[in-house]
Amino acid sequence: MHFKRSLLILFLLLCVAIIFALIKGAVNIPLANLLFKDNQVIFNLRLLRIAAAILVGSGLSVSGIALQSILRNPLAEPYLLGTSSGAGLTAVIAVILGVSRIYMPLAAFLGAILSILIVYSLARGRGVIADKSLILSGVIISVAFSSVIVFLVSLFGNQAMHEMNWWLWGSLQVYDYKLLLLVALVVILGICVVYFFAQDLNAISMGEEEAMHLGIDTQNIKKILILTTALITASLICICGIIGFVGLIVPHMMRLVAGPNHKVLIPTTCLAASVFMVFCDLLSRTLFSPVEIPIGVITAIIGTPVFIILLKKGKRI
Amino acid sequence: MSVLLRINNLRGGYYKEDVIRGLSLNVNQGDFLVIIGPNGSGKTTLLRLATRVLNIKNGEVLYKDENILEMELKEFCRKVAFVSQDIATGFSFTVMELVLMGRIPYLKRLQFETKRDIEIAQEKLALTDALSLKDKRIDELSAGERQRVVIARALAQEPELLFLDEPTSHLDIGHQIQTLDLLKKLNRQNNLTIVMILHDLNLASAYSNRIALLDNGIIFKEGSPDEVLTYENIESVYKTIVLVNNNPLTGKPNVVLVPGDR
Repeated sequence: MHFKRSLLILFLLLCVAIIFALIKGAVNIPLANLLFKDNQVIFNLRLLRIAAAILVGSGLSVSGIALQSILRNPLAEPYLLGTSSGAGLTAVIAVILGVSRIYMPLAAFLGAILSILIVYSLARGRGVIADKSLILSGVIISVAFSSVIVFLVSLFGNQAMHEMNWWLWGSLQVYDYKLLLLVALVVILGICVVYFFAQDLNAISMGEEEAMHLGIDTQNIKKILILTTALITASLICICGIIGFVGLIVPHMMRLVAGPNHKVLIPTTCLAASVFMVFCDLLSRTLFSPVEIPIGVITAIIGTPVFIILLKKGKRI
Repeated sequence: MSVLLRINNLRGGYYKEDVIRGLSLNVNQGDFLVIIGPNGSGKTTLLRLATRVLNIKNGEVLYKDENILEMELKEFCRKVAFVSQDIATGFSFTVMELVLMGRIPYLKRLQFETKRDIEIAQEKLALTDALSLKDKRIDELSAGERQRVVIARALAQEPELLFLDEPTSHLDIGHQIQTLDLLKKLNRQNNLTIVMILHDLNLASAYSNRIALLDNGIIFKEGSPDEVLTYENIESVYKTIVLVNNNPLTGKPNVVLVPGDR
């Protein structure tokens, strides 16, 4: 079957990308030497980075797919509902209050969840969620929170500047593997939940009323999926900050390649986005080594031409 | 003749306003029932209430004597299908993928369509004369082609009752006739009961066995085309002057519009 073949190819590509990401870096280590004791630290650090790249790639792109289909809006992305500015705001507040670094992820997570709750309750009227209100509330809350961030930074000066930059540009360098494990659990479960509703997403992407006529409980499924994507995004933000592009463009790339059927689209996108992120991360740390270029910059520089080529070709592969 | 759908004293509509205000109507097995009425009279709202898209405020809708709200949603969608005026084409599914969505009420979660589902989809595409389109993307189709594909999807639900909301509104006269001929054929040969909203009174007259004329959320008059399409009924509901004669070919009533400024 065509679908299984593409999954296999993507999986092999991912393996290749992982091997390259393990051996290349500021120091190049031959594959055979990787397991030696003296290389243990580098090996572990690189492994955590690869894990983070895979989680960010698959988590954000699947969230993007779900939100774009539910809202039938090509501009929808995981940060649409205000999660990024919410997380940024509480992180900046935490820095100003002198909260210990250990609690920063928690602060960011709470901020992301808080902003989604606000956006959601603003959009909720008459017992149903209107797509337009949801998008507009998300935009408004993002703008409002971002202004407060700038306001706080101008008042409290340099103290929060570095921290804020970290949140805005994101980084895949993870030190806390326990936190990473927790995030991995949320992301993997979240992706499974989205995949569980793959068939419903197909119908909902053709219109909510259309889906209802096919026996789909659209209102409840929308709620579940918005909550799921919010949890995925908030968890990822609190370990990696905000990493743009993946959640917005990779779903569109994969729709062009694999078609809009979610049963095929979600698994292929998971793998493709993982390959993409591992590869981009490899470039970000080796291209101008020892200087590391922010991952968000690389994803955009590599992703844009790839996207344009796919768009111009305009055919499913 | 057995009653398939029984609508009793139905009330409902949108947030503040009941658009349907105590409406009763029976749909018989094998009917080709056309709903007509002015804009805002509640035609689409009636269909939305009867297909569980909107909440019923009062009264009930019975499908073969079972309250539709008590039926399992997917079970209901295996019996009753709906064709809307037009579909969203933002995501470019292929025609085959779209028609296979009609099998969703039969599929378990995470289940891929079986060979049987694909056969049914192909069969329905052939029935609507759209099999040659099966690998095309839906955003590449003309309005007429899209309508045939959407009808094929509804048929893939293998319904006993098919609702259609102005299926001819985006079509030229040739495609209007083609679509309605197809529906008439399905109605006769496949014993599919059809309830359809139409604006064109002459198409309603030519194809239906029963017409329901809606006004202000209730049935103003219901019966055969001859009984409903009289100039008194039309003038008092549509507030416009018409001339009613007979179509020389079919013998059915033929409504001639009368311009105000002659």
